[in-house]
Amino acid sequence: MAVADQSIAVPTSKPKTRKTPLSFGRLASYLQSIPLCLILGFFLLLPILLLVFVSFWDYDFARMYPGFVFTNYVETLGSWVTWKTYLNTLKFAAIVWALTLFIGFWVAYFLAFHVRSATMQMVLFLVCTVPFLTSNIIRMISWIPVLGRNGLVNSTLVEMGVISQPIEWLLYSDFAVVLAMVHLFTLFMVTPIFNTLMRIDRSLIEAARDAGASAWQIMWNVILPLAKPGMAIGTIFVVTLVMADFSTVQVMSGGQSASVALMMKNQMSLLQYPAAAANAVVLLVLVLLLVGGILRIVDIRKEL
Amino acid sequence: MTESSKTAKAAMISRRSMLKGAAALAGAAAGAGALGGFPTVWAQNPITLRQFGTGVSNLNAIAEKCKADLGITLEMTATDSDAAAQRAVTQPDSYDIADIEYWILKKVYPTGVIQPMDVTKLKYYDKIVPLFKTGKLTPDSVIAQGTAPHTVGYVDAPDSKEFAKAETGFFTMVPTIYNADTLGIRPDLVGREITTWADIMDPAFKGKTSILNIPSIGIMDAAMIMEAMGNIKYADKGNMTKAEIDATIDFLIKAKQDGQFRAFWKSFDESVNLMASGEVVIQSMWSPAVAAVRSKGIACKYQPLKEGYRSWGGGLGLAAHLSGAQLDAAYEYINWYTSGWVGGYLNRQGYYSAAMDTAKEYMSEDEWGFWIEGKAAVGDILSPDGAVMEKAGAVRDGGSFLERMGHVACWNSVMDEDRYMVTRWNEFIAA
Repeated sequence: MAVADQSIAVPTSKPKTRKTPLSFGRLASYLQSIPLCLILGFFLLLPILLLVFVSFWDYDFARMYPGFVFTNYVETLGSWVTWKTYLNTLKFAAIVWALTLFIGFWVAYFLAFHVRSATMQMVLFLVCTVPFLTSNIIRMISWIPVLGRNGLVNSTLVEMGVISQPIEWLLYSDFAVVLAMVHLFTLFMVTPIFNTLMRIDRSLIEAARDAGASAWQIMWNVILPLAKPGMAIGTIFVVTLVMADFSTVQVMSGGQSASVALMMKNQMSLLQYPAAAANAVVLLVLVLLLVGGILRIVDIRKEL
Repeated sequence: MTESSKTAKAAMISRRSMLKGAAALAGAAAGAGALGGFPTVWAQNPITLRQFGTGVSNLNAIAEKCKADLGITLEMTATDSDAAAQRAVTQPDSYDIADIEYWILKKVYPTGVIQPMDVTKLKYYDKIVPLFKTGKLTPDSVIAQGTAPHTVGYVDAPDSKEFAKAETGFFTMVPTIYNADTLGIRPDLVGREITTWADIMDPAFKGKTSILNIPSIGIMDAAMIMEAMGNIKYADKGNMTKAEIDATIDFLIKAKQDGQFRAFWKSFDESVNLMASGEVVIQSMWSPAVAAVRSKGIACKYQPLKEGYRSWGGGLGLAAHLSGAQLDAAYEYINWYTSGWVGGYLNRQGYYSAAMDTAKEYMSEDEWGFWIEGKAAVGDILSPDGAVMEKAGAVRDGGSFLERMGHVACWNSVMDEDRYMVTRWNEFIAA
């Protein structure tokens, strides 16, 4: 999240500094950037630096010992558990990303191009956000009575005679984790894509149609390329959220599946803070690489 | 979340009672006078004791009653057991009384943050059940494996960091609360007699079992299962060798991959929901969770098993920094704690008090018969806050105190190879 916030914050702050009167010169722009620098410095940079420091410390069950040892990294990177857990988390990220992108795009497309009145658009968009009036955890946990062995889905299907035995893999499985994540995170895709689709100049589409493009060609050659910045922002949101998730994986897999954040949480609950810090640094580097990759493919600033 | 709200409540109560000021203090003094035996000095010279611990016995009712009887304000903080161990060692000045489990004490005491108690100052020392003094509930009991409380209960001298082999005049902690844990079952869904820990691995229950995902306790339940299946014979389940840990974890990984488990639970409410919804028919469980499932009107049994129970126990320790009036107040508090009211309260919650004789005076004959003697309840059995826990005619699962605590196979413990065990446990969860 922090990463995503930062990359969006940069373009909005720049135009402001350019508007300052020239008489104050460069000093004014420095002054104006101070609040943001302070906030980012104290609440982002400093904690990250601390995290990096602590990741080199030694520890036992009760204390941390300041030092410069690599054991935390050796233990983290040298264990097959870590690799398997990272792979598992990346797998969730990939599946959830693909599903939220697909669903999110079509919801946004419907809102932007098929709903005619602006009022209706806003109303429907607000309807999309209604589930967010409750907490993340509640939305996730409410799946349990639906998917359980004696839950809504299974009991309905059994009563209708579609199946004779309850389907076991609906709950406490990878399926349940992906389902809950898609449910939780799709709106993070809808919002930025909807935003970019609304900015597309309708005359471009008319021009394409006049030039003889089919509906498919308009979609592929006009709308999709122009929606890319929204997709990229949505992707950053979803990928960082999934990579950092622990509660969804823990609850929906019934503790049977592991995620990187869950691994960190386990270490923290055993007070192995330096080990958790090393893990956090590794995760941070990985997520930054992913975000960097996304920004390479799509230039958010240019196309906004 | 429940833990922090509990803390907040405890703090609130103490603040509220502070605000009531002189009136409350006078009332407290009168109450103490009526009870007799407790000096009213603390009412005139208010003293606050800060107690932190693992939560089971951090009950607001105890703080309120303590205020009323002794005039001592108790500020309680509840944490989980790992955080409790850390806080005990790293912030020794932040508490006056440590309410911790015996296996935590084993880690914490050698760092010098707890001062041993002089048994001559403990009014009810003689009433404490022998389980905590010799490890034997009755003279012919077998001493259980793991961190048995008596092995960390004594030191030779006030400044000694080594635990004594036998009873001495210096007690490290006064035991307060303990219980025997076993597997919980849904008698309506298992469809057969459950008699041994090995039954949880029965292929008939494939995908319908659960164990708890708290490494230090989960590994013990796994050890009970392994031994019951005849896979291995541990020298000490509570202190496994690396090879024994490997064998246990490999067994768990295989069972997990074969789909034997439905889920792993971490918190109390998760275990209740798994059982109540029928996702699971047999699992590791704690006794209040069994009571919670039953209170929903769903059949649930805390099944005694032939290999015995896995037991846990906690007590109160004095912080090393206590001295003078505060130390006297702390002794006063501990003597009050063991004088019976708290014991009766804990017994009626389904736990056990360490001073049974004094607790008996605060329980009705029917309550004593049901909870401690394993007799059928004559009337309805109520919890301390008045809710019906068991209907008339019910018999406690596992029977009497002697039958339950007399069949402890192993105590919760901390292993020498603790760190290795946790690493391997994480592999099991990730596998």
